[in-house]
Amino acid sequence: MSSDLAIRIRQNFAFLTAVSLFCVVYLLYHVAHPKGFSSAVLVQNGDEVFTLALVAMAQTVPVLAAGLDLSVGALMTMVGCFASYLLSGAPDGTALSLDLAGWRLGLGTLPGGVPGILIGILVCLAIGAFAGLINGVVVVYGRIQPIIATLATGAIFIGVALFLRPQPGGKIDDDLNWALTNSLGDFASTVHIFNDGAAPWFAPFAGVPTPFVLLALIVLLVWVPFSRTVTGRAIYAIGSAEGAAYMSGLDVNRARIAAFTLGGFFAGCGGLFLAIQTSSGNADIPQAGAYTLNSIASVVIGGTSLLGGSGGAIGSVFGAMILRVISFFFRIFDIAPLLQPLFEGIILLAAVSIGALRVLRVKNTLELFR
Amino acid sequence: MTVIPTNLMPSRDDRPIFIAALFIVAILTAGTAYTLQRFGSAPLLSPNYLLQQLQIGAFLGIVAAGMMIVILISQIDLSVPWTLTAAAMMATAVGGPWAIPIGLTVGLAVGAVNGLGVAYLRVPSMIFTLGVNAVMRGLMVAHTGGFAPDTAATGLMRTLAAEHVFGIPNALFVWLAVSAIVAVMLQRTVLGRSIYAIGNKEAAAYLAGVNTKGVIVVCFALCGLTSGLAGVLLAGYSQKAYQGMGDAYLLPAIAAVVIGGTNILGGRGRYLGTLVGVILIVLLNSVLSIMEMPEAGRQVIYGGVIILMLLVYGRSEQVTS
Repeated sequence: MSSDLAIRIRQNFAFLTAVSLFCVVYLLYHVAHPKGFSSAVLVQNGDEVFTLALVAMAQTVPVLAAGLDLSVGALMTMVGCFASYLLSGAPDGTALSLDLAGWRLGLGTLPGGVPGILIGILVCLAIGAFAGLINGVVVVYGRIQPIIATLATGAIFIGVALFLRPQPGGKIDDDLNWALTNSLGDFASTVHIFNDGAAPWFAPFAGVPTPFVLLALIVLLVWVPFSRTVTGRAIYAIGSAEGAAYMSGLDVNRARIAAFTLGGFFAGCGGLFLAIQTSSGNADIPQAGAYTLNSIASVVIGGTSLLGGSGGAIGSVFGAMILRVISFFFRIFDIAPLLQPLFEGIILLAAVSIGALRVLRVKNTLELFR
Repeated sequence: MTVIPTNLMPSRDDRPIFIAALFIVAILTAGTAYTLQRFGSAPLLSPNYLLQQLQIGAFLGIVAAGMMIVILISQIDLSVPWTLTAAAMMATAVGGPWAIPIGLTVGLAVGAVNGLGVAYLRVPSMIFTLGVNAVMRGLMVAHTGGFAPDTAATGLMRTLAAEHVFGIPNALFVWLAVSAIVAVMLQRTVLGRSIYAIGNKEAAAYLAGVNTKGVIVVCFALCGLTSGLAGVLLAGYSQKAYQGMGDAYLLPAIAAVVIGGTNILGGRGRYLGTLVGVILIVLLNSVLSIMEMPEAGRQVIYGGVIILMLLVYGRSEQVTS
């Protein structure tokens, strides 16, 4: 009777640990913050968390299929650079052209105003998904190990980003920036819905940060349905036993390509938001590398096994939030900022080492090898 | 059935080396054709230029040697950038005759910590070395205050890294020595054979009586040691240690190892391949800079070459059972 619950808890132990750890550190943060529990602080945190959370989700999907994606940071950067051209929101439209070795290639004009911005967002997300698809095709049909294939495609994505933005620059529509990086009330008043956000029934929600809502929407509308499809289950199956998945008649190739494509879509969402938030595109190689590495850390802290087959993208979102909240602490407690990287590293090491203590309980050494 | 003498057929492990070597010739030919047509000279074929390029390549080569050992046991070391930097910073901070031993000790110690974490806690090396890298970065940032340290390399470090004997850069001799030691270790010692055994099937190696934990720790310690050595030499070459000096060595080192035919999943690959892989990457870089290729094009070509080489000989087998 109670065993069902006990089994569920045991199966999701790492995930539940991550969620409770996040709750504890985030509550502590709000208690210690002079303006804790206020909408302004929530909004600020949402803006800072969103991109890493999405990149961590992007990393999760291939990892579930036992393949690391080292290109997520580069893909995010590339989509951000595209966004800095496509989302300028000029009223008379944005002329698109491509300068290639002295050739000028006109690509037509993106309409101005709201339709232009919506098309621009869709194009950016499509670019992200397409780049993910390339990763998947190289891995599946090229039969190259994911870690090394995405190392190479990551270099290519960064190259494209540098080609688009040799120097940081570009522009994002101000209204778009304002609507997406603030609270729901600001969103409503910018896009003129719900009586410009003044409708009485809307008042309780007006302080909710838009980034958190977007994050929840992406998780609920994309990740949750996808993970319940046959393809989604096949990704988990590949991660736990690829041979068995193949022998059971699952379309292993399609699932793996889908995993990388969905990862590309998530990373594209992250890059899009980062560009909107900073109102520019920046082909920053160290930043791309940092996001890739932090995404791996988030995935592990969120309870997904790097060997594949268990975990999920929601855990990674919490992993990303834990990582970010830890860095928030340096702002409110007077810790020398110079010590921040040291603490981040120690916390990451401590987290994975505590998770590894199960090794001490294993009685048969052969069970350690996998 | 015609019988092909086996000694004439390149073996499975030799084929990548052969193709990579052909590709080096192709790079040199294309680069020379370009310079002849544009400048009317062939700097790529002058021994002095090649030696200078190989001197720069020596640092990458030394890092790649250690990286290969770790990849052979199907692990990876992502802590190379800040292990290298920490060794360089500690060496220049101590100075005097102890500079080089201190630098090497730092590398060895960091590598040993990596090895202990991977072997005894069984944390995936991908994430453990990542954490160690962050800790080393944190320690160095705290140590230097976030600025470039105003310490200088010692005379011996400069001699080893930047000076020449008989017109040949000393760094090249160091690289050759490291190469010889690693190649002999992999082919001719119990440790080397244990490394291949663990990379192929760790459980089998364990059951066959190999001290797997010990070997893993030693492999990571060796990788840390080579990173430390590269850091010491690089500090000698650029006269000082600086933040982020190791960032440019991690991914190229992995790429060099893989291009050289070492299986990223471990257990297979020859040291000669890594040597050829390093030379390939160094020459590709220098040809691209002669062509004044912007950074964007370099990255694209760099990624394209890795994929192309692996499509030719790095394809893994499909899992069907």
